Parts: sequence; structure tokens; C-alpha cells
Amino acid sequence: MKKKCFIAAATLLLLCACQQELPENIRSGLVYCAEGAPESFNPQRVTSGTTIDIVSQQLYDRLLDIDARNGDLLPGLAISWQRSTDGLTYDFNLRQDVAFHHTSYFTPSRPFNAEDVVFTFNRIMDPTHPYHFLGGGIYPYFQSVDWASLVESVSASSPYQVRFQLSRPDSSFLANLATDFAAILSAEYGAAMLTEGQPQWLDSRPIGTGPFRFKEYQKDVLVRLYRHNHYWQGQAAMEQLVFDIVPNNARRMAKLLTHECDIVAFPRLAELSLITERPDVKVQESTSMNVGFWAFNTQKPPFDQIKVRQALALAINQNAILQAVYFNQATAAKGVLPPTSWAFDAELPNAEYNPQQARALLAEAGLSQGFIMDIWAMPVQRLYNPNALKMAELIQADLAQIGVTANIISYEWNTFRRKLSEGEHDSVLIGWAADNADPDNFFRPLLSCAAADSGSNRAHWCDPVFDQLLHQALSTDDQQQRRAYYLAAQRYLHAAKPLVALAHSQRFQAINANVEGVSINPYGGIALFGARRVTP
Amino acid sequence: MIVFLLRRLFLLGTVLFGLSVFAFSLGYLFPGDPLQNFSGMRYIDSTLREQLILQYRLDQPYSAQYLAFLGRILQGDWGLSFASQQPLLKEIWQVLPATLELTAYALLLSFMLGVPLGILAAIKPEGTIGKSISGIALVGYSLPIFWWALLLIMFFSVTLGWLPSGGRLGVLYEVPTITGFMLLDILLSDVSYQHAALWDALRHLTLPTLVLATYPTTVMIRFVRDAMLDVWEQNYIKTAKAKGLNRVQVLYRHGLRNALLPVIRQIGLQFSALITLAMLTEVIFSWPGIGRWLIDSIYQRNFPAIQAGLMIISTLVITINMLTEILHTLFNPLARKY
Repeated sequence: MKKKCFIAAATLLLLCACQQELPENIRSGLVYCAEGAPESFNPQRVTSGTTIDIVSQQLYDRLLDIDARNGDLLPGLAISWQRSTDGLTYDFNLRQDVAFHHTSYFTPSRPFNAEDVVFTFNRIMDPTHPYHFLGGGIYPYFQSVDWASLVESVSASSPYQVRFQLSRPDSSFLANLATDFAAILSAEYGAAMLTEGQPQWLDSRPIGTGPFRFKEYQKDVLVRLYRHNHYWQGQAAMEQLVFDIVPNNARRMAKLLTHECDIVAFPRLAELSLITERPDVKVQESTSMNVGFWAFNTQKPPFDQIKVRQALALAINQNAILQAVYFNQATAAKGVLPPTSWAFDAELPNAEYNPQQARALLAEAGLSQGFIMDIWAMPVQRLYNPNALKMAELIQADLAQIGVTANIISYEWNTFRRKLSEGEHDSVLIGWAADNADPDNFFRPLLSCAAADSGSNRAHWCDPVFDQLLHQALSTDDQQQRRAYYLAAQRYLHAAKPLVALAHSQRFQAINANVEGVSINPYGGIALFGARRVTP
Repeated sequence: MIVFLLRRLFLLGTVLFGLSVFAFSLGYLFPGDPLQNFSGMRYIDSTLREQLILQYRLDQPYSAQYLAFLGRILQGDWGLSFASQQPLLKEIWQVLPATLELTAYALLLSFMLGVPLGILAAIKPEGTIGKSISGIALVGYSLPIFWWALLLIMFFSVTLGWLPSGGRLGVLYEVPTITGFMLLDILLSDVSYQHAALWDALRHLTLPTLVLATYPTTVMIRFVRDAMLDVWEQNYIKTAKAKGLNRVQVLYRHGLRNALLPVIRQIGLQFSALITLAMLTEVIFSWPGIGRWLIDSIYQRNFPAIQAGLMIISTLVITINMLTEILHTLFNPLARKY
């Protein structure tokens, strides 16, 4: 017995001795704690920021990129582009010698070329494309901007030249190509998976040209990526990148403090002051283009009545929400567009809090007895809404003042989004973060008729007059003219109230102090290419 | 003995039958399309629908449907998970070892601590040691484990930074899954950082094992103590003492062996409580076991997974219960009542 104890003690000592020097793979790895699991590994098929953060900038490249400083377009996989004078033809010259990922499940035989671009975009719009209907043929972002009717054809004019033929001029076309959703897939991998009879692997075992390559996904546990050694912009500093999936906010903060996470995207606002005092953690802050809102399902009575929506909007106390939910780290929203957008309407009136008038409006709508409704609250913390459940409780209390009984409903995040798209909700607390600097990015994906069909229009609101305004704004390139149309659109929204815009939040990110090269991207997902560890 | 075994097996069969009927009826009791609930497929087109209805015999009476269901379960076709569209049985095999590993270490720890402490408390039940051990056991017994777990995380992880706050292994270590049991997998793997990974896995195990072991340890202490006190009063102990055996000999040969008999039975009875606590522990420590998987499935309204998880866990609990009872009877001829 004594001997056994001795051996055990010796083994423990031995283990302690190994502890001093961390193995190479730990020192050259980075852990990002994500708030949810990815829905897919193909950005075309999603709109959720959680998925985009994990997948898009890490695994893929786009034809164009966005300059994080000013929102201008930068060359990505396309080195240059020309637009015809009628605005209907776009020609792109592609970058050469861009390598696709070499992984255990796929070995590319050729570098990136025009065929991949054609494959990628035809998948979205061509029903005869072998991959079009995989996963239900749903491409929410592209459907919300009416891509299939806008783009007539994509063709390769030479191995490194691609031509997009449009059916009408669209001033947001290039900006849409630069969003995280327009990731370029590999045509060769697509063909190989068809031959193997495993087409679903195209979206679940991704191959791209991005700075990291896919290694494994343990569902609801982690996503493991390794460095892509032949990345065209050079090698990433980190050899391994792990996305640890930690949906619980408090636990994510704890993991940051115990250094189990290097980066936490959305630290809890309530604890910001606490963690800024710590020397081992740094907090980054930036203004960001986003909006948190409360959308009514306008397909369901009584929310199909404008007066009911106006009454509900008047009943809620926006200031209380800004204080309690955003800890005043947000700007009060007047409409969906944030003040930093060039099309923002500063003349819009501020949100009003007036329960008496709300009661009067309800009475006019024939609902003086009040009614019962559901408020769906997101289960996760997002940039535009740090705590939807708390917000729902505040709104619930406000609504009780005007005789409306509200039930709060929440599901797991992916289930929640699926049920939303199916239109099962009465109203929902959700929001939107910009993917590019174009104001159109706030209107069409959120409130157009096309988006109502694809499900990203959470209000399921379809108004031909409003759609016409958006359409007119897109058909011109003159920024003054576009601005005039967007101002009109904002006023129209303000009157129709398919949703109540609540706040434009500041974006925060908490990082382990010895990690550098990560900055907040105001448009779209986080990019971890430049991340590196420094010895303090 | 054989009659006893047969009776037990018959009981086991009846319970499992009832369980499978319940699991089958869940397919209808859960909201939504029974075909989706049984198959786990999200998108079913009309040709596939017809094919599945034939295969599942959904056009026939419930009894035929139940038999078809039972056939699928026995063949290992448990349907797909709503959330991942992967076969459920495969997912369960991925998460079950993590739970078994955690539960086994916790049981081992509670044995190693509970038995000696229980004996110690029984030697002088009215002494300071005896009373304080009983006191600690009572506190441990009534401790809500989620609170206890958070307290330990706050202290050892967040404040002191000694131990990780959750997970099975640092996420940067990549150890291939062979058996699903982490320590075994690390020892079997040929990664260059084997020692570091082993050390890391042990550090990850410490807090969850401690938390999960709390309740069974206290039960064990109280039970061993009571059983010892009981045995100590028996005539054969007096006889042994009278024959001149010393205290240690009496304790070991006559006391402990007899006192541990009811403890074996107790393990079986405590196993269901242990599984429930393991679920809580897994959620608190992000331990990727079946408990966390099942609770995630509930949040995801993943009905096929809830059904499968229920069957696996109940079968496990019932089987363990039965096995310990049989073991107990095997060791204790007095318990064999025909």
C-alpha cells in the first residue's frame, strides 16, 4: 500500500515538472470564445453574426474587401474591376496564384480561378446548379437583396476574368460582393464531392482560400482551425485557432479571467469597469453600425394594424432600456440607420414615451381591453442587444401599464432563428449589424418584400411603396439623390412602425493582454488573421 | 439462486418494456409531425414520406408501429438528431463515455473517502472526531451542488487561477478520440505533448469530480457509519472479541466485510441520483457528456434526441440497479428470498 502511494506521489511530481514549459501547440494557438455554435460552414447560407464571426473571415476570401477605417472597397480576390457606362456590366480581373486549402479530406490540384467565382455565384441564383437546392435552396442575404433577379449571368471571359451581367443598375452591387456572405468556394471541391456522392460536405467540411483551414467541429463544443500555410497574404502568426463555444455570458467572462479564452467578443457591459482594471485583460471599444430593434410580426393580428404598432411603440420607455440593458453604452435610435451612416435622417423625431396616448390608440383600434402577446427574446448576447431577456422584462412591465399582457419566450439560438423565419412569433427583440457601409444593407435585408419571403425580414412586412423607394435609391449612382430616397424611406418607416428601433450599441471586445493584432471590424465578422501572441 | 436470477431478469424485461412503450408514445406526444419525431429528418419530401410510412408502418395500428419501432431500436437505427442531422446513436456514443468517466472517478473518490471516514466515525461515535465527521457529512449532504460548484469555480479558478473553470481538456490540445475516455485516449495517443495533455486533463477533472463526489461521499460516510455501528452490536463480533482477536482483526475480518454488504446495495440505489447530479455538474462545468447533451437537446426542442437520451439513461440506471442487487444477493445469502 505504502509503495503504491509513493508511486502515485512520484507520478504527480513528474507531471508537475512537465508543467513549466508549455508545449509548442499551446503557445502558438489562440482561443476565441464564441457565444453560439455555427449553423453552417458556408457563409452564403446564413445571416447570423455568430456563424459569420467563426467562419467567414477565417476560412474564406471575397472578391472585394472593405477598408475598416472608412468603408471603402479594397481589392480582395479581384485585383481590379470596371463598370460599364450603363451600369449593367461589371468585369473583374482576378488574382493569380491563390491557393485553396490543402486538408486531410481534399487536395486541390489547381489554384483559384474564374471557374470558382462562377461556381460560387451560380449556386445562389441558378436552380439547375447541382448545389442550388442543397439545404433547401435558401440563401437569406442574397434573397433579401433580390440577387437572383438582379444578376442575369456570371461568366468567365478568361481563366482570370469574370463578367457579371446585371438586369438593372444597382449602386449597392459592389458593396454586396464585399460582404462576408459572398465568400468564394472551390469549384473543384464541389465537383469532387458530387463524384463521391457527399454533396453536403461542401458546407460542413469547408474548403476556402482564407488564412485558416478547417480541422474539426465538435458540435456545440468547439471548432478547430489550423493555419493555411500558403495563404496569398502571407502566413498567419497563430498556428492553431480554436473557437470554444460558451453560450453562457458569465462563464465566458470567467474563462477570460482564467485565461482559458484569449478573446471574448461581447463582454458583459455590467462588468466592463471591473475588467478594465485588470492588467491581464484589455478592452477595445469602437462605434459600430448596428441597430437593436423590436419587430412585430405584421402578418398576425393585431399587429397588422398600424395603430396597434404605434401604440406599442409609445408604450415603451427607451431611456430605461438604454440605462438598464446597454448601461448607457449606446445611442438612442430614431430609426434603423445609425447616425454614422451618410443617409441618416437627423430630422427624425426622438422616440416618445406616452402610455396615455398608447391606451388611446389601442382603444381606437378596438382593443381597449388590452390583449395577450408574446415577446421573443434572443437567448444569446449580440452586439446590438447585450441582454434581450432583460429588455423583454422591461418591455413586459411597460406593456402592463397599457393593459397588454406579454409572455417572454426564448429558445436555443439556432432553433430560435429557424422558428423566426417560419413566422411563429408575435414580436421579437433582435437586431442587425452592418456588413458593408452602404445604407441599403439596413433596409433591404431587414424590411423588403424579398426579405419577407426569405425570412430575414423579422416583421414579415411587405409594403410596395417602401420597396419602390428602395428600388429607386438603388437605380441611381448620385449620392445626393440616393440620400433623398433613403430619407423618404426612413420617414415612411417611422410612420408605419413595422419595428421599433431601440439603440445603436458601441462594440466592445475583451482580449488577453498578450494578444495583439486583433481589432474590431465595423463591418461584418471578426478577422483573426493578424492575431499574434507577444511576451509581456 | 437461479429462480432469483430469473425473477430479476423478468422484472428487468418488464421495466424495459414499459420504458420502450413510453419512449414510443413520445413520438406522438411531442408536438409536430410523428414521422419527423421518429426519423429525426427535418425535410421529408413526398416520396421519402411514403417510403418512411411503409418502413415505420405508420399506416398500421399502434401495436404494429411499436413493433417496428422496437425493431429499429434493436438494430441500432435510432433516427437522426434534429439539430445536427447525424445518427443519434453515434452522437450518444460520443458523449456517453465522458459521463461514465466522470461518474466513475466520482464514485471511486467517494469510496476512497467515504468508507474510511465512515469507519472512523463509527469507532467512537460520541467522540469529537466522530461528531465532526457526521457534521461535515450532514453539511455535504444538504449542500446544493450548483451553488457548491460555483463557489469552487469562483475560488479555485477565478480568484486563485489554479484550475480551469470548465471543459474536459484545454481546447488547444488535440487528442484523437479512440475510446472516448479522455485519460485513456491521451495515453493511447502518440501526440508529442502527451504528458502536458495528461496533466491538463487531470486539472480539468479535479473540480467536477470533487463536486460530483460530494453527495455520494456523504451518503457513504453516513451509511458505513450506521452499518458499522449496527454490526458492532452483533453477537459474532462479541464472540470474535471474546476469542481474543485484536481490534484491527475484528474490524477487518468480521466488521467491515459485513458492514460493506448493504453499501453495495446502496450504490445501486444512489446511481440514479448520481446521474442526475452528473447532469448538473456537466452543465456547470461545460463537460461534454450526455447530461449536457440532453439538456441542450431540450433547449433545441430536439425531440428525437430527448427520446433517445431518455432511453439510454433509464436503461443504464435500471441495469446498474439490477446488477448491484444481484451482486448484493450473491455476497449475502441471507438476502435470497425466493
